[in-house]
Amino acid sequence: MSAPATKSPAALPEELAAPERTGRRGSALVHRLFVVRELGILAALVLLVLVTVVANPRFLSGQNVRDLLLSAAILTVLAAGQTMVIVTRNVDLSVGSVLGLSAYATGTLLVVAPGTPVVVAVLAGTAVGAVCGLVNGLVVAAAGVPSLVVTLGTLYAFRGLDSLWASSADRLQINAADLPAGFKALGGARLLGVPVLFLVAVAVVLLVGWYLRTFRSGRELYGIGSAPEAARLSGIPVGRRVLTAFVVNGALAGLAGVLYAARFQTLDTTAGTGQELFVVAAAVVGGVAIFGGSGSVYGAALGALLLTTIGTALPQLGLDPFWRDAAVGALILAAIALDRALQLRLAARLRGRNARRDR
Amino acid sequence: MDHASSSAPGRVVLALEDVGKSFGAVAALRGARLELHAGEAHALVGENGAGKSTLVKILAGVHGPDTGRVLLDGQPVTLADPAAARAAGIAVIYQEPTLFPDLSVAENIFMGRQPLLPGRRIDRRTLARRCRELFDRLGVALDPDRPARGLSIADQQMVEIAKALSFDARVLVMDEPTATLSGVEVERLFAVARSLRDSGAAVLFISHRFDEVFDLCDRITVMRDGQWVSTDLARDLTVDQVVRRMVGREVSSLFPKVDVEPGDVVLEVRGLTTRGVFSDVSFDVRAGEIVALAGLVGAGRSEIVRAVFGVDTYDAGTVRVSGKALRKGDPAAAMAAGIALVPEDRRQQGLVMELSVERNATLTRRWQLARAGLLSSRAERAQAAEWSTRLQVKAGKLSDPVSTLSGGNQQKVVLAKWLSTEPRVLIVDEPTRGIDVGTKSEVHRLLSQLAAEGLAVVMVSSELPEVLGMADRVLVVSEGRLVDDIPRARADEDSVMLAATGQGAPSAGAAR
Repeated sequence: MSAPATKSPAALPEELAAPERTGRRGSALVHRLFVVRELGILAALVLLVLVTVVANPRFLSGQNVRDLLLSAAILTVLAAGQTMVIVTRNVDLSVGSVLGLSAYATGTLLVVAPGTPVVVAVLAGTAVGAVCGLVNGLVVAAAGVPSLVVTLGTLYAFRGLDSLWASSADRLQINAADLPAGFKALGGARLLGVPVLFLVAVAVVLLVGWYLRTFRSGRELYGIGSAPEAARLSGIPVGRRVLTAFVVNGALAGLAGVLYAARFQTLDTTAGTGQELFVVAAAVVGGVAIFGGSGSVYGAALGALLLTTIGTALPQLGLDPFWRDAAVGALILAAIALDRALQLRLAARLRGRNARRDR
Repeated sequence: MDHASSSAPGRVVLALEDVGKSFGAVAALRGARLELHAGEAHALVGENGAGKSTLVKILAGVHGPDTGRVLLDGQPVTLADPAAARAAGIAVIYQEPTLFPDLSVAENIFMGRQPLLPGRRIDRRTLARRCRELFDRLGVALDPDRPARGLSIADQQMVEIAKALSFDARVLVMDEPTATLSGVEVERLFAVARSLRDSGAAVLFISHRFDEVFDLCDRITVMRDGQWVSTDLARDLTVDQVVRRMVGREVSSLFPKVDVEPGDVVLEVRGLTTRGVFSDVSFDVRAGEIVALAGLVGAGRSEIVRAVFGVDTYDAGTVRVSGKALRKGDPAAAMAAGIALVPEDRRQQGLVMELSVERNATLTRRWQLARAGLLSSRAERAQAAEWSTRLQVKAGKLSDPVSTLSGGNQQKVVLAKWLSTEPRVLIVDEPTRGIDVGTKSEVHRLLSQLAAEGLAVVMVSSELPEVLGMADRVLVVSEGRLVDDIPRARADEDSVMLAATGQGAPSAGAAR
């Protein structure tokens, strides 16, 4: 069991110092599997669109596609934020309520002060969301309460706050007529034919994706979700990072609230109800592991796009909208099965790699 | 004899002075002392539970000491968290690798310290290059970009070593790093440790393998029961002296094992193997006999009894109870055949902490106690009361939650739970861990009494006095193998310890 004593000085003995260099195949393999994962969603999306177009050629008409992208924009922004939280092995179930609160706050601001520049309105809505995220994050990080429970609580609390505000201000609904024209124009604005709201979502996804991949704190979010104890031992400020993830997610939910207000222009206290689970579903379908540590924001965005497309494609195929929920459910199960299969395959391949090392 | 600083090679880099640390009622460290010199390799040895790992965690900034001081270059410091310890130049390689399975090997090594480009962006190219340089230095053939998931334990340990190496530590702490490494890998590790030492770093090496300790280290500090015992130059010491200082206490007569004439073989284990965990484990246990599985933490003792009971499955071998073979990986079958397992961690595996004493005590018999599928509270209570009386469980009310009881009484409830199934073989894993001395001897009295009633008892224990006091035979496990079978008459602290650390001459026909 023991090594023979070598009395050699500090230099590594020659025969030990020459490692057998193996190829880059390990990383290539992993990379390929991730690409496969995201290409899989893309393929499902293309297939769905093709089938729908065959059944109804007008599905790809300009207006239809623009509507689709507008609907996907809001879910995509939410999914990008949720991804940041989920990779840390947490979840934020309050995003639907945060969206509602922020949308109502933005609407109220524009009704009370119609001269508010659009940029200020956007910032205000985002700030409302960030404050909500701060509340969630503080309770989770400082008090150490599981995020599932905390955000389940704030899901109702934020919604209650929204209703309370609306009834005490005696403004249960804000209509398009109450909103300034400049803000309403945002909802329909296009750049090179593409809805601006969708471009906002794309920008958010690219920014979050870049952050998660390129910065130390971004990588640390993955570390925290992958092995919380190891994160602590490697000196990662776990509480601060988790708090940050919740604040950013809250801010993005706030931004989604502004987008919601701009798109629908009729706001009541039910805006965004039920969105939270749809967002989590988009992330999971997009390959974000619910127990943290892996998955990309691009996958989550594709997941959001796919779920939105299903919602609009099924009526075009002449199917009852009831099938949307069933299809989403089936998709989640398929995604989980695919992830498991890929993981087992990866594990088997990587084990094969270990075996070549003669022990 | 207790200080050798006059002949030590360098000045003191890191010192612990009279450090104490308690977890609840258990004092892990009481007056621990350590002095690390620049340019020395220093060994820290002691039995399981001597407080070595707690000491390491204090150096790593995981725990803060309750009393005493930590001095860095002669100045008192507070290592508030792992980041602070790292900033102070202390690198720790833990017994258990602590990696991020989803992240790449290179990211694991440089987490939080990735090389940066302008704008604080991670420089992935430099990251991979520096990782390869480290691996070349260690002589490891690993792809820096592969995820840590799926690495063998030895490879994980090499990644940990690369991590420690990557930040030019002034103090390198290695907590039993060699347990999972092969000979060549150990030699590589030692070469690295020596080169660090020669460049002026202090290396603290914790190991149970004395040949390695004497091979690598200049000085040896011995700990026992959370206390400092001695620090000496390695060349002034022999293995025997070190072992004697590690155990260094009287075997107390606290353990009233009654002599019993063993009956028929009840439990028969042959060639039990789980690849990479333990191999070719064979032993018999007779009715009325207490057989102890002794060995170091991580030797595979708990894994063996878990496999016998069927909680874990195994690759090869057979388990028979009274001549009848058991299906592997089937705890229900093991229970039906008359095996009971009292697990190591009673809070996690033995009890439902929120449920009442009576519910817990009758959990294993809930089907027998049920009528038409419904549990009768009265039957539960009657059964629980009977066993609580027999085992002298001290509880306010039987309807109180188990979490309100003391550790010793919780353990009695676990015993009651299993004894009510009327087993023929009772397996207890660390039966007295974290239990105060008084209750300890009650548990021992109980086990002895049960053996006298004809029960075959298998006891896994890391406490040598308990093993020596209770066991009719001591089976010594070292690195997944049964290396010795020592009868009561021949068992003493030295013989068991030497066998467990791989020093004992394997006796002929061991463990049959």
